[in-house]
Amino acid sequence: MLSLLVQTGRFSLRVVHGMGGMFLFLLSALFLAFRRPAKIGLILYHIKTIGVDSLSVVFLSGFFTGMVMRFQGYYSLRQFNAESWLGSATALGLLRELGPVLAAFMVTGRTGSAMAAELGTMRATEQIDALDSMAIDPIKYLVSPRIMASLIAMPLLTAIFDVVGIYGAYLVGVGLLGVSSGSYFSGMESSVVFRDVYSGFIKSVSFGLIITWVCCYKGFHAPPMATGVSRATTESVVLSFILILVWDYFLTSVML
Amino acid sequence: MIRVVDLHKKFGRQEVLKGVHLELATGKVTTIVGTSGCGKTVLLKHLNALLRPDRGSVLIDGTDITKLAKEELYEMRGRFGVLFQGAALLDSMTVLDNVAFPLREKTEMSESEIRKKVEERLEQVGLEGMGYKYPAELSGGMRKRAGLARALIMDPEIVLFDEPTNGLDPVLATGIHQLITRTQKTFGFTAVVVSHSIPQVFEISDYVAILANGIIEEFKSTKEFQVSQNPVVQQFIRGETEGPIQAL
Repeated sequence: MLSLLVQTGRFSLRVVHGMGGMFLFLLSALFLAFRRPAKIGLILYHIKTIGVDSLSVVFLSGFFTGMVMRFQGYYSLRQFNAESWLGSATALGLLRELGPVLAAFMVTGRTGSAMAAELGTMRATEQIDALDSMAIDPIKYLVSPRIMASLIAMPLLTAIFDVVGIYGAYLVGVGLLGVSSGSYFSGMESSVVFRDVYSGFIKSVSFGLIITWVCCYKGFHAPPMATGVSRATTESVVLSFILILVWDYFLTSVML
Repeated sequence: MIRVVDLHKKFGRQEVLKGVHLELATGKVTTIVGTSGCGKTVLLKHLNALLRPDRGSVLIDGTDITKLAKEELYEMRGRFGVLFQGAALLDSMTVLDNVAFPLREKTEMSESEIRKKVEERLEQVGLEGMGYKYPAELSGGMRKRAGLARALIMDPEIVLFDEPTNGLDPVLATGIHQLITRTQKTFGFTAVVVSHSIPQVFEISDYVAILANGIIEEFKSTKEFQVSQNPVVQQFIRGETEGPIQAL
């Protein structure tokens, strides 16, 4: 009984210590991001690695998500003779929910895992220690620019996902299912308001922060060995997915 | 002058340093020897506060660096150069960019001045014309030399060498040792070398300390160390498994 209590206590302490470490890491990265000298070159470089390099995967996933939504929506709404709502259902689903969440998942898989692996390898090969020994803050140099870049790149990627998804759905609806092009866009126009776009934007920015925060933290603190790097990479992806879904629930409940 | 006073460090339940005392003379080469895994690198990383001790202090000219705030510590680290075990070159950059990196980040020098100084250092370590290569394209010895060029680029007063010849063949190892001696004589820095390559390190060292069982068991001038009757020193020099050093 006592040993169970001791183990529970140790586990709780480890969890609290880990969470505290993660929050301090984030605060430190955000604080250093606004301290001079600004790392504009690095931010631009990471906008390329997070944003431009993820374009193809976001484009493809957005296109097929829109197409699938259109099929599923058509099947469901037809049962209530409400096919005319297809345009607005697709747009609202993508803008408010699926666009930010799925784009975030794609970026986590494509870039977040690479971030964790890169930083983990840098830790294992003492490159992070080398920066520190040269009196160059590794968090300012390696983490802050990635966080700033993700705050810029994520909303843009999400916007691209939304637009491509809407056109994917248009292709299926108008091209295959015979829905009129006019009713598709007019339904969308009449139901989508600025608040829908805005809530998707807020979600995408916060998801970008979660991805870089979690993936950089896990990579930065990876045990310095091959299994440590691989475990950090896996953990960063899984934890990012979970935090994205949990945070999405909170944001949705607040912004509905 | 670097003074290490009663340094203790634990990792989990394993106590690696159990009260290390050491005084390192300015402008000299001191080598810390010891078996693999005895804590030499841990001790070295305390000298520029890459690791923080559980107890004890590290005094650099009287300033305890274990108690410095980040800004002051970074200022102090400007006096250090470090050659890491695997050289720790940033693999996304060329050799030239690696060596130039501290100058670009920490000084206001123009790009032409930086380039001139980097090429001078690369020439001093025998890597002239290799600046365009990436670390992955270099051999182990070349990587160490590039790491040394980066460690020396800020004209440090103290240079820490972590196993500088680890993984190199005897010929390359001798070359690196000669390079350390030559650069130390040229720049006059205080060198702290961590190694288990004996007797080769005796040729480059003014002083030798042996770390065993978590403490400095012997610290003498190189000549005195070689004839020391301390059983720990004798066991280490002879490479015997039986003795006061726990081999396995």
